Amino acid sequence: MEQFLTFGVVGLATAAIYAIIGSGLVLTYTTAGVFNFAHGAAGMMAAFAYWQLAFGWGWPVPLALAVVLLVLAPAFALFVERVLMRPVQSLGEAERLVMTVALLTGCIALARWIWDPNTPRPLRPFFADQPAFHLGPAPVTWHQALTLGVAALIAAGLWLLLNHTRAGTEMRACVDDRALARLTGASPQRAARFAWILATQLAAVGGILIAPNIALDAQQLSLLIVSAYTAAVFGRLRSLPLTFLGALVVGWLESYLTGYLPQNDYLPGLRLAAPALLLFLALLVFPHRRLRGRERRLVRVPLPTPRGSLVFAGCVVLLAVLLATVLDEEGLISYGPAFSLGIVALSYVPLAGYAGQISLCQLSIAGIGAVVWAHLGGAGQLWALPAAVLVAAAVGAAIAVPALRLSGIYLALGTAAFAVILDRWVFTLPSFEVLGVRIALFDQGSVEVQGPNLFGWRLDSPAELLVLSAVVMAASSLAVGWLRRGRFGRGLIALRDSEAAYATLGGRPLAAKVAVFALSAAIAGLGGALYGMQQRTVTAEQFNLLANLPVFLVAVIGGLGAVGTGLFTGFAYIAPPHLLGHFGTWAHDVSTLGIALAGMGLAHNPAGVVPGLREEWAPLARDRVLLPVACGALGLLWLLYGTGLIGGAIFLVAAVLVAVALRIRATARQDGPPPAPDPVEWWGIRRPWRAEDREVIARGIAAG
Amino acid sequence: MTGATAADSAAPLLELRGIKAAYDRITVLHGVDLTVAAGQVVALLGPNGAGKTTTLNVIAGAHRPSAGTLHLGGRDTTGADPRDLARAGVCLVPEGRGIFPNLTVRDHLRMMTFTGRDRPEIEEIAYARFPVLARCAHRPAGTLSGGQQQMLALARGLATDPAVLLLDELSMGLAPVVVAELYEEVAQLARQGIAVLVVEQFAAAVLKIADHAAVLARGRVQWQGHADSSLHAELSSYYLGSAA
Repeated sequence: MEQFLTFGVVGLATAAIYAIIGSGLVLTYTTAGVFNFAHGAAGMMAAFAYWQLAFGWGWPVPLALAVVLLVLAPAFALFVERVLMRPVQSLGEAERLVMTVALLTGCIALARWIWDPNTPRPLRPFFADQPAFHLGPAPVTWHQALTLGVAALIAAGLWLLLNHTRAGTEMRACVDDRALARLTGASPQRAARFAWILATQLAAVGGILIAPNIALDAQQLSLLIVSAYTAAVFGRLRSLPLTFLGALVVGWLESYLTGYLPQNDYLPGLRLAAPALLLFLALLVFPHRRLRGRERRLVRVPLPTPRGSLVFAGCVVLLAVLLATVLDEEGLISYGPAFSLGIVALSYVPLAGYAGQISLCQLSIAGIGAVVWAHLGGAGQLWALPAAVLVAAAVGAAIAVPALRLSGIYLALGTAAFAVILDRWVFTLPSFEVLGVRIALFDQGSVEVQGPNLFGWRLDSPAELLVLSAVVMAASSLAVGWLRRGRFGRGLIALRDSEAAYATLGGRPLAAKVAVFALSAAIAGLGGALYGMQQRTVTAEQFNLLANLPVFLVAVIGGLGAVGTGLFTGFAYIAPPHLLGHFGTWAHDVSTLGIALAGMGLAHNPAGVVPGLREEWAPLARDRVLLPVACGALGLLWLLYGTGLIGGAIFLVAAVLVAVALRIRATARQDGPPPAPDPVEWWGIRRPWRAEDREVIARGIAAG
Repeated sequence: MTGATAADSAAPLLELRGIKAAYDRITVLHGVDLTVAAGQVVALLGPNGAGKTTTLNVIAGAHRPSAGTLHLGGRDTTGADPRDLARAGVCLVPEGRGIFPNLTVRDHLRMMTFTGRDRPEIEEIAYARFPVLARCAHRPAGTLSGGQQQMLALARGLATDPAVLLLDELSMGLAPVVVAELYEEVAQLARQGIAVLVVEQFAAAVLKIADHAAVLARGRVQWQGHADSSLHAELSSYYLGSAA
């Protein structure tokens, strides 16, 4: 009984912290209308700053607390509100989510850059020198008592603020209708600013209180968001009392699992994954409103032409052949995964770009593809590759079925929870048997991955695997382009634009969602298998949630609707750390920070950079004179390199210069400025009717 | 402007001169001239797409005009922030219930304490005029009936002690008996000295209380004058498109 009560007290103190952090989440959602993925990261930054001031520099604790809570946290909040969130206020909720994902990624990279993760930073609990007092038989530390007291004060304060003050009422009014709030004398900007400051302060309080209980680790602290979100989802992201109840459930669940979970190889991960499991279940079980769609400004999905798709696929293979012949062994190992990870990123195009379904677990599914190939294709058996793809597709469909009732941000949360369940529990399991079938994952460590045996030809060298990955990427890009032009692709875009309208036109939204989840998981699984081959050995950490986020971010920066996003993401994600790697070990964190900063610029270009690149290079691809010239020049340079007359670096620089010069020339060869577009009523009269005109008109009518 | 009558002798409280407004490159108001005096009810009528709602939005500051001037009580308020205009006494009850669905009735009234009045005083004013609201003070506004929601929107506006009341399609989705009750309240407000500009498709309802009417078509005021029987013939021609 004493043990039960002791774990109860520990769970209660943890619950109090989750309640504080969760109430900050509810506050930003109910007042600023933002699902803040970076809320835990704000708490993490506050905990590190507090450690730096109070322990690193030896400032008095009250002063350090005052500086963190009253200066740094509000300054951080104002930066986020003014620089990041205000520009995307008029965009959809998905864009705001991407912004907070970018902030989360950036905060972790920044913290790891500033505070070396390999240096231990113990954080002393408050009143650590005071002996614990007893509540019945259970000991209660003063830190735990302080935590409970702070949570109670915050609960009362927030209830008063939101329900009994004009400032709080205005904050809630701004979420309901910003324009109307302005017409009734409220200031949405001031309300949002106030909400962000308060929520960040709550995250900071939570971060500082929980950091002494767990290691001062950037990733671990940032992922507290999972527990806090679980608590907030209990309150349907609106009710503070229910959020506190949810926090109690999560806190006690974690505590009692620690105390009473049987000790064996299979269950330790369950305790770590418990909040994510609970989040997944809570999202599925609790009723919640569908997200409002009236603020959504849908980005146009590019329509690749068959010729353009073929040219792009040819360029991918050509690029791979050039790289395979020019790069040395180290370069091939470094840059080779750009193609396989690019295939994983390509899986976002049908799922998020066409169907509008946000998934944050595509890399986790790629991990499944990698382990299935590793175990079934140990001797390079080619049949194991479709098997890996099928298993990944089945997992994708399995995610889709429970996720069918989720949409938008809730779906993002659900898939993030699924990724956490995989990397904290499933991927850590030893091999086990289900119905006589032995299932092995990462064998609690790493697994070796072999290259395939292509009809007697064993592809095992980095160069061979790079070209194989590129060929698969080219084929996948062609397939996705064909999908976009076909009936299914148009149906997916209709589903994204309006699920109800899609259903009334005879579409089956549920079947389409399951199909697109399975399809994109299959693509991700294929990419994962190839990524595993190139890495030789893979571990679960390579496929965890925090590895997922930068890949998702780069894909968003590229443009989720563009087929070229796969190639763009592969190189934009892989190249910077290796290019910067020569300067120091911090290169990875800095390049991740760069990705996060680029993601924060989303408001300026919601369609992504790939459609713009396509526009820039299209004149060269269409030019019947300069395109052969470009191919000839590259062939000649390659010949010179092959005969040893020029080195690899000169070859690459010359190739880039020739391509850019010819692109500029091709643009200039176009006849003057492009003609003004014909008014819609003249389409088919002044100029021939085009296949895409029907869609453009339908969109115009739908937009009103 | 055709068929105009002499303007009211009283100095206008609200005056629009040559107001033009556009959505992107599409101009919807091509130079609107309109005046409303204190205590006067002016009905702004016209076919769909004439620019009636845009006119109200321009007056309330929700849409910035591209040309022209807007005067409120003699002061130029062209392009002013809607929040400042709301605090200066311009109250817009927008089309489709101007309420916050997740806020309770009491929350709506609490928002109006920026006027300097405290909440009990505001509630007293609102509940005196619309007693039904007192019985649902703690209910989220989204759960009220359509008529109650419009009453709440009006009550909230009254709490600001407005100088100008702008009503957009007050009758939308409401039973005729409720519409009649609401317009009776509006007439009483005007008698207290408030300038009221009403946009309404259900012309018959508003013309019972309107002193003046203006017909907006193709982005211009095509006719304005007393709201008497001669207006019906004009209205038919503008609605059905036979007028020049």
